[in-house]
Amino acid sequence: MNEVLYTVKVGIAGLDIVEHPGTISTIGLGSCVGAVIYDEQIRIAGLVHVMLPDSSISKVSEFKRGKFADTGIAAIIEMLLQKNAKKNRMKAKIAGGAQMFTSHSREDTIRIGPRNIDAVREVLAEHKIPIIAEDVGGNKGRTIEFSTENLLLKVRTIQQGEQFI
Amino acid sequence: MSHPFDYTAVHKDVLKEIANIGAGNAATSLSEMVNQPIHMKTPVVHVVSFDEMMEKAGGKEEVQAAIHVELQGRLKGSMFFVVDPVEADEFVGLLTGNQNLSLLEGDSLATSAFVELGNILTGSYVRALSDFTNLEIHQSVPSIAIDMLGAMLTIGLIEISQVSDDAIMIETVFIDETTDKKPLQGHFILLPDPDAFQQIFEALGVEGHE
Repeated sequence: MNEVLYTVKVGIAGLDIVEHPGTISTIGLGSCVGAVIYDEQIRIAGLVHVMLPDSSISKVSEFKRGKFADTGIAAIIEMLLQKNAKKNRMKAKIAGGAQMFTSHSREDTIRIGPRNIDAVREVLAEHKIPIIAEDVGGNKGRTIEFSTENLLLKVRTIQQGEQFI
Repeated sequence: MSHPFDYTAVHKDVLKEIANIGAGNAATSLSEMVNQPIHMKTPVVHVVSFDEMMEKAGGKEEVQAAIHVELQGRLKGSMFFVVDPVEADEFVGLLTGNQNLSLLEGDSLATSAFVELGNILTGSYVRALSDFTNLEIHQSVPSIAIDMLGAMLTIGLIEISQVSDDAIMIETVFIDETTDKKPLQGHFILLPDPDAFQQIFEALGVEGHE
């Protein structure tokens, strides 16, 4: 019997996981960064749609964990571990972190894309999860979809169409 | 601390009213520029999640032409003027008298005409907003992007996302119905920074929510 392919959709500041043979996607990354963490042995993957670099800048104590690189990535790792993934087998692919506009006066807003990229890289390094592929920066919006079947991340942009990393 | 968006109907009405005045002024500017009557729909105030906001604005993956300006001074936030790229070309055609310019194909004349259009319209909106609230508001140099709506609008959520999982989007749609073809449509999306709301309510003598 053929298994039906299904896609788990992750919203802004959201996070989720998918088991084989599903795919997991998030739409319209601008300055946000989409980070996929997967265990290729048991073919399970998690995705977080990071809006901001670090939860220390939150002015409230309750928030969606996926909003920040540190809390979002930690949450995904936890969810994957509960599904019997092993941390030493985890790998990552990341995309996003663009600068869509140049109309900002505040330095922190201009640099939010690059800051998100840096934060995601740092947090992954702290967890000793290697980044296998990335498509980051620039000034283009990206829609991404990760397949637990071939472990490729499909990155779609308006100008360049689809590419797999 | 109360929920940052625990607003009553009165607060929403105030936000609608400032959008009415701002966008009304911009619609007048636009109709003078293109020499055609431009109608404006009643502004809508959405207090919604980030995902819902993108849906309300037209869908995360919809390719749109957007002008972004940052509001500075006493009222901070982001403003977008968003138009379908093909309809944006028609606006460019009305302004330049050249119907063959295309934003999607990267014509620099189309781009600069559209940025100028956005600059004038957001400028009229902001001026009316500033006059009405008596708050000093400046706008940054405008910047253009033609891309997925979701990728573009999140830049207006950087400040609010530090205090909330919800956004407040003040949206006004305007329509040029004089053409025989499909009417031209565009919208203004105002995303004030969280502190801006109290500034607005105080300036207009409306009791705060706290």
